Amino acid sequence: MNLSNTNETENQKMIQVVVFHLAGVEYAVEITYVEEINRFMNITRVPHAPSYIEGVVNLRGSIIPIINLHKKFNLAGQKFDNYTRIIVFKINDILAAIIVDKVSEVIFLDVANIAEDTQFFSPINAEVIEGMVKVEDRLIILLDLMKLFD
Amino acid sequence: MELDMTQYLDVFLEESREHIRNLNSRLLELEKNPGETSGLNEIFRSAHTLKGMSSTMGFVGLADLTHHMENLLSELKEGRMQVTSRAVDILFACIDRLQIIIDNIDGGNKLSGDNSELIKALETIRTGQTETAAAETMRIERASEPSENIPVKSPRGMIYNDYDITILKEALSRGFNVQYLKIGVAPNSMMKAVRVFMVFKALEEAGEVIKSDPSAQELDEGKFDDQFDLVYICQGDLNLVIERINQISEVKLLQNQNLDPTVLTVTEPTPQVVPKLTYQPAGDQADQNKIHHMKQTVRVDIERLDKLMNLVGELVMHKGRLEQIGSAYKLEELNNTIEHMDRITSDLQAVVMKVRMVPVEQVFNRFPRMVRDLAKELNKEVDFYIEGKETELDRTVIDEIGDPLLHLLRNALDHGLESPQQRLLLGKPGQGRLYLRAHHEGNNVFIEVEDDGAGIKTGKVRARAVENGLLGKLEAEQLSDEAANMLIFESGFSTADIVTDISGRGVGMDVVKSKIEAMNGEIIVNSRSGSGSLFRIKLPLTLAIIQAMMVTVQNEIYAIPLTSVDETTMISIKDIKNVQGQEFITLRGSILPLLRLARLVDLPEDGCDSEEIYVVVVRKGSKQFGLVVDTLIGQQEIVIKSLGKILDDIPGIAGAIISGDGNVCLILDITTLF
Repeated sequence: MNLSNTNETENQKMIQVVVFHLAGVEYAVEITYVEEINRFMNITRVPHAPSYIEGVVNLRGSIIPIINLHKKFNLAGQKFDNYTRIIVFKINDILAAIIVDKVSEVIFLDVANIAEDTQFFSPINAEVIEGMVKVEDRLIILLDLMKLFD
Repeated sequence: MELDMTQYLDVFLEESREHIRNLNSRLLELEKNPGETSGLNEIFRSAHTLKGMSSTMGFVGLADLTHHMENLLSELKEGRMQVTSRAVDILFACIDRLQIIIDNIDGGNKLSGDNSELIKALETIRTGQTETAAAETMRIERASEPSENIPVKSPRGMIYNDYDITILKEALSRGFNVQYLKIGVAPNSMMKAVRVFMVFKALEEAGEVIKSDPSAQELDEGKFDDQFDLVYICQGDLNLVIERINQISEVKLLQNQNLDPTVLTVTEPTPQVVPKLTYQPAGDQADQNKIHHMKQTVRVDIERLDKLMNLVGELVMHKGRLEQIGSAYKLEELNNTIEHMDRITSDLQAVVMKVRMVPVEQVFNRFPRMVRDLAKELNKEVDFYIEGKETELDRTVIDEIGDPLLHLLRNALDHGLESPQQRLLLGKPGQGRLYLRAHHEGNNVFIEVEDDGAGIKTGKVRARAVENGLLGKLEAEQLSDEAANMLIFESGFSTADIVTDISGRGVGMDVVKSKIEAMNGEIIVNSRSGSGSLFRIKLPLTLAIIQAMMVTVQNEIYAIPLTSVDETTMISIKDIKNVQGQEFITLRGSILPLLRLARLVDLPEDGCDSEEIYVVVVRKGSKQFGLVVDTLIGQQEIVIKSLGKILDDIPGIAGAIISGDGNVCLILDITTLF
């Protein structure tokens, strides 16, 4: 499994990521954590939960919390449409999901190209941002899902 | 030879724990009747077995400590020493230590820590009172010690059947080496089954064991004397195999000879089931003759059971959905099938529930020691009785019930029971009585803790309630004794000086109560000043499936556990009284605060109340509240699911369920909702 995700040649260490959109900006998460990508499902609101928790969904009998990155990052309001996707991931045995505007592709990134300079982001956002990558003329923000839980 | 001991670690741990339990309970008995030394044999045997097992497994510290215990025990057993309370205390301390070491081993920590102090204490007691035994050797048999002088007993004749002989003949014709082996195990060897396993393993590396006497199963269970016979076929160098066997500690090849199957005669009818046979040494097919597993029971990871429970829950839910479809479209054939399915699913549900049940014994077992230690510490005398420990409860409940019970027992000892002198003065027997009982009743389990001590001094409780501002003076006086006693569960009471003069009976009682309520249980107390108290805990059989009232508010659906619901009613909007911004209703003479569920779950109020509104009367602690909801869907059996780690502690939400249409609904937790 790992072999297909990382593709190591002489000096290059590649990681495979899922690229998605949030308010017009491209983000990416490492594919090793991603369990599945679903269309929008019925979300049940959880009163008294932190504001960035959109709610919970039923994923084949498991209850999974949905994190709304729009709210977490204070981005412009999100509308759920045909492109909306729910990316389910698993970290340290915890299943959770993020809800994103659109999933565009799965690509390989060269680890060496990840710039860890996150000074341009607000302190709240910087915590969950692992770095930025330039792919041709696009700029992709790599998220550290692990930190979403803190 | 490399042996994977981990396979036996579980068995070792389980058996050790059993022996420790045995030691604990026997020692308690011995302490009660120091003259009754018959129990000492049992204690000695348990300690001895533990020693042997642990040295076999290579846990030297454990073996060392048990060895010293054994020394002291043998003095006691032989009557060379009196059973003193000091000796018993030290032995108890050693047992605790053993428990710790074994827990450590279970946790992957092989170090046994420093036992030298205990060992010294054991030796002091022993040598202080006897000289004769001082010369006893301190040698501990280690697993690695080669054993000598295994006595050779005359062989029992091996019994062959047609089938065996055919195999052997065929093996011989294919050039295999057919051998008759007699293998001896040191008579003092513990865990003989392990030795057998090692022998089989060594043999099956190069060939196959065709037959054994006693049978493989008996060998596996250690049911043989000091030797066993095998018929073995192999292809390679026999000397190598022999060498391997002799390398196993405490095991010796006593005899080996070529077996000529042609001279064998059938001594047993051919078995009806003839297993398939192929001739490759070791490998897959070795399973045929391989050791069967020891226990009749299967140990299952709790997680798997939870998963099974979840799946059954889902099945039940979808069955509900099918029922809806069936009745909506009036499809008779479908309905018939659903009826069958209904029966099967409810059976299935019952079976799964049963699988998760464990006897309360698991929790109760640790109490006798605790009671004994505490009584000793407090200089009290107590007879502790446990009844109904075979009563079964869901694992989820078992996990939670230990602490509250511990608390109640501790309180009973500390504050309930009087000192022996006091008791004699009061005309009671010097020895107090403490009961711990469990029994089933319908869908509930009752657990009781009763003592015949001082009881709750209701007057003091009242006074304290007034003092704490819980009640007005008049109110306190009007309160029935029963209701007044319940006050000890209020949080304001967890201070000293309420009940006895030593310290308060209310220590942590509020914690006990909230813990039990969190399990959807109830606790009541019956007490008469001077004659003792009875704490009665009512618990649901399981926490996984509960009855709930389903309600809606705006377009959201919530489940309210029925244990919190007293009734549902419909009131006219005109009957709502507003006092200083708080709404109230009167229900059969009592005044209930009215709360709007919409507001409690952060929904914007739509403000368009109809003439009549639905109210669910819920109970929080001893108070009733009216909860305004939009509609009542009805009562349902629900399977509780956790919201997961991230949303674990959301106030007001106890968990979630998956409804018939696949959506998630939340379960309200009334105790923390407002």
